[in-house]
Amino acid sequence: MSQRRVVVTGLGATTPLGGDVASTWAALIAGKSGVRLLTEDWRELLPVHFAARVATEPADQMERVEMRRLDRSEQFALIASREAWKDAGSPDLDKERLGVVIASGIGGVITLLDQFDNFKEKGARGVSPHTVPMLMPNGPAANVGLELQAKAGVHTPVSACASGAEAIGYALEMIRSNRADVIVSGGVEAAIHQLPMAGFAAMKALSTRNDAPERASRPYDADRDGFVLGEGGGVLILEEYEHAKARGAKIYCELVGQGLSSDGYHIAAPDPDGSGVQRAIKFALSDAKLSTKDIVHLNAHATSTPAGDVAEANALRLALGKDSDHVAVSATKSMTGHLLGGAGAIESIFIVKALQVRLAPPTINIEKLDPAVTIDVVRDQPRQLPAGQIAALNDSFGFGGHNVVLAFATL
Amino acid sequence: MALSAADVLAGIKEIVEEVAGIPAASIELDKNFTDDLEVDSLSMVEVVVACEERFGVKIPDEKVTDLATVGDAVNFIVNAAA
Repeated sequence: MSQRRVVVTGLGATTPLGGDVASTWAALIAGKSGVRLLTEDWRELLPVHFAARVATEPADQMERVEMRRLDRSEQFALIASREAWKDAGSPDLDKERLGVVIASGIGGVITLLDQFDNFKEKGARGVSPHTVPMLMPNGPAANVGLELQAKAGVHTPVSACASGAEAIGYALEMIRSNRADVIVSGGVEAAIHQLPMAGFAAMKALSTRNDAPERASRPYDADRDGFVLGEGGGVLILEEYEHAKARGAKIYCELVGQGLSSDGYHIAAPDPDGSGVQRAIKFALSDAKLSTKDIVHLNAHATSTPAGDVAEANALRLALGKDSDHVAVSATKSMTGHLLGGAGAIESIFIVKALQVRLAPPTINIEKLDPAVTIDVVRDQPRQLPAGQIAALNDSFGFGGHNVVLAFATL
Repeated sequence: MALSAADVLAGIKEIVEEVAGIPAASIELDKNFTDDLEVDSLSMVEVVVACEERFGVKIPDEKVTDLATVGDAVNFIVNAAA
């Protein structure tokens, strides 16, 4: 029996660029930054005074009573899932064939910290009975699964900033292995709070360009100084190809493969020789039955850290070889900031849109390209992608040395 | 300080609306928290804690299961505050 094919039939997102996919994509193609100064007083306690908050507050998108039982990450998951489900035409199927795989890098960290504040102030009685369901990292997936009554399985892979991509890969395998016909997959993150920000700042991982927040996320620029924390999430509806055809679904493109590897090098630093990234790309191409010649676009992890961007660019150059000359590389974190566990999901959505409209999004804020970067970066303006059958890659890496590469192709 | 049953009912209405999103107008003395108002077990904990804070009474956990209806809660709180 031939392998079951998996296509994308729905998209949903809430990001620093917009409260849905359409507004996010429009801002992305226009090269807008979603990074802003924080308005909270606590910013003064930190060396970093800015972040990329969602453009539309969940309070404008859901009922108040529903919100108070949900961590912010769970709110993002429901908002993005509702849009994606509707975009897919609200498929009517046996719920035992419907699954959910939605990741988060950190889980309900804001709930955890807020409830600890309650505990210190009011004692045990002051702690909300919703605390545990709100802080558990599987909470976003669980709430979406409950809402849609998914019964094929609800899962939450956790691999820091690779989590969102890993969730989509896990969903791919669930459909291929015939555990399900439709999976709601993606990633979310809600960690803009003084403690996780202080933690990232202590690692010297965050940009401290406080005088120009919109210019702070600058992947591949010679003067980049760290990433910008973002929040939000994205959800893709993945569906078995014949199932999608049979119900007349709108099909965006095919998810043709994934490649996974781990560095075994350092808990946070990228392996400078990039061999783990190269292996993940090789595995993804092999799984997708593609060659490097087929790839025309790549949405890079490129977080704007001094070490990470160059290590990745070198690995891409080595893995794609001479063919990297015709791969348009976009670093969209220059506009969205870094959504951690949500990054791989929104960037997969950007690839799906790029394949749909044949346009690679720009990378903003490169004033002087780092001379060590020898890949073809799409700068300032979006770039037209070729006609015909084309394919694109999304790579995501996480603290811990996790590498995930997803391959998408036009049908 | 003595509380009137009417004051307590008005307070419970506000709390249940806030916690569970149930319109205050539909909250009456004979309504069962679980069956009629669909206040789940987690939200019931929130209602109890909010009542304790608002009315300055203690509602022991073992008593909570006896408070099936809004009227039960009003009576308990009025007596506890007396």
